[in-house]
Amino acid sequence: MAITKEEINAANAEVLKIILSAKPTLIGMGTAGEDIPGMTPTTILHSGPPVDWEHMSGPQKGAVIGALMYEGLAKDDKEAEQLAASGKITFDPCHHHQAVGPMAGIVSYHMPVFIVENKEYGNKAFCTFNEGLGKVLRFGAYQPEVIDRLKWLQDELYPIVKEALAICGEIDLKAMISEVLQMGDDGHNRNKAGTSLFFRKIAPAIVQTHFTEEQKVKALKFIDSNDHFFLNLTMPAAKCTMDATFCDVNPKTKGSTIVATMARNGYEFGIRIAGLGQKKWFTGPAEIVEGLYFPGFTEADANPDVGDSCITETCGIGGFCMGAAPAIVQFVGGTPEDALNYSRQMYEITEGEGNTYKIPALNFRGSATGIDIRKVIKTQIRPVINTGVAAKKPGVGQVGAGIVHPPMKCFEDALKDFQATYMS
Amino acid sequence: MAGKLNELFKKKIQIVNFGIQSFYNDNKKQNIPSVHVDWKPVAGGNQELANLLDDLL
Repeated sequence: MAITKEEINAANAEVLKIILSAKPTLIGMGTAGEDIPGMTPTTILHSGPPVDWEHMSGPQKGAVIGALMYEGLAKDDKEAEQLAASGKITFDPCHHHQAVGPMAGIVSYHMPVFIVENKEYGNKAFCTFNEGLGKVLRFGAYQPEVIDRLKWLQDELYPIVKEALAICGEIDLKAMISEVLQMGDDGHNRNKAGTSLFFRKIAPAIVQTHFTEEQKVKALKFIDSNDHFFLNLTMPAAKCTMDATFCDVNPKTKGSTIVATMARNGYEFGIRIAGLGQKKWFTGPAEIVEGLYFPGFTEADANPDVGDSCITETCGIGGFCMGAAPAIVQFVGGTPEDALNYSRQMYEITEGEGNTYKIPALNFRGSATGIDIRKVIKTQIRPVINTGVAAKKPGVGQVGAGIVHPPMKCFEDALKDFQATYMS
Repeated sequence: MAGKLNELFKKKIQIVNFGIQSFYNDNKKQNIPSVHVDWKPVAGGNQELANLLDDLL
């Protein structure tokens, strides 16, 4: 029997309840190999929907090459490229393994990962350390300095932060993200406040670890110098929040039209819908980001939209909270009024409003939460994503930042599939 | 009819523009006060999707 509008609305209300009652909590650190389900020594996870080696974008290919060298599976870039194309490496989206990765989103076996648990529903999400800006793996760089930094993250920073987290105890990320929105962050592209709050929490514990003075100072300086360090905590917080909404996890959300995943691999943009389950991706071509380019770069240098970081928007922060982060317009373009308008417009396409993530300049109104594909199609308003821009040439790094949207095709295909699934 | 229209244009006109923004932009360029309403037809005018929404929304 065909689903009724009332049943769809009830399923969507259930999804909103699950999102709002989530309790994402940083519980510790582990490694991809030991903690991420389904990892093998020859598995490479990537951002976005499924993609094969042939169709991977420049930054993602560069990051795969770097990861294969980091894992000791290839001695140089030529050998790594041959191995990647050989079929001996298993490529799979981070999203299929309870993980998320910014930009190229490459995760390999020995990489350390934050472990975030949704305390309300018991599911976990994983994310690697943020490496900082410049020549870094997530932008496709694989020079020796990049591999050396990854080794340092694994051999030194990881054991220090792991021990420090055991000393300071679990960290309530929902409370922390809520606070950073009151301090000028949006929870995606501006992470100064978040990194500062995390630093305040972790620094006294790092000082108490058993490592040498030199090692502790280096660890503290690394976290302090990287404004985006906190991004790799907001992402798994949003991921474990949204994963609890899928109908193949919770049957009460069967019939929901709410978006549970948005992600891009630099080739395609993909979305998944709570009521259609985790296995179905709806994809369209990734778009070029509109925004401000760093001196010396133009749109011609830009890779199409890439990364899992728009899981933040899926959860109601990031671009949906741009009005909370007026300073971000200096980074992505526009005016503070534009930032407020983006946040206001998102209420047109969502199921409801946040109860914890709030926007001070909108009289502390909860952010627009729970993107409904029906409303996106009806209004033709696409979700707004506030993002960095990777160079299409591997290893160049970030070349700008701006605003981007999912292609409308993703929503149209999802709605047609919803009809085929529930109306026939 | 033409007489009525001429009468209308002799008065101060309050303009509310729906849909196509370039009409609003032209008014703005000529310093004519107007308000723009960001309106689009349901599903951007795609009849197949609009029919689908009738059943789902």
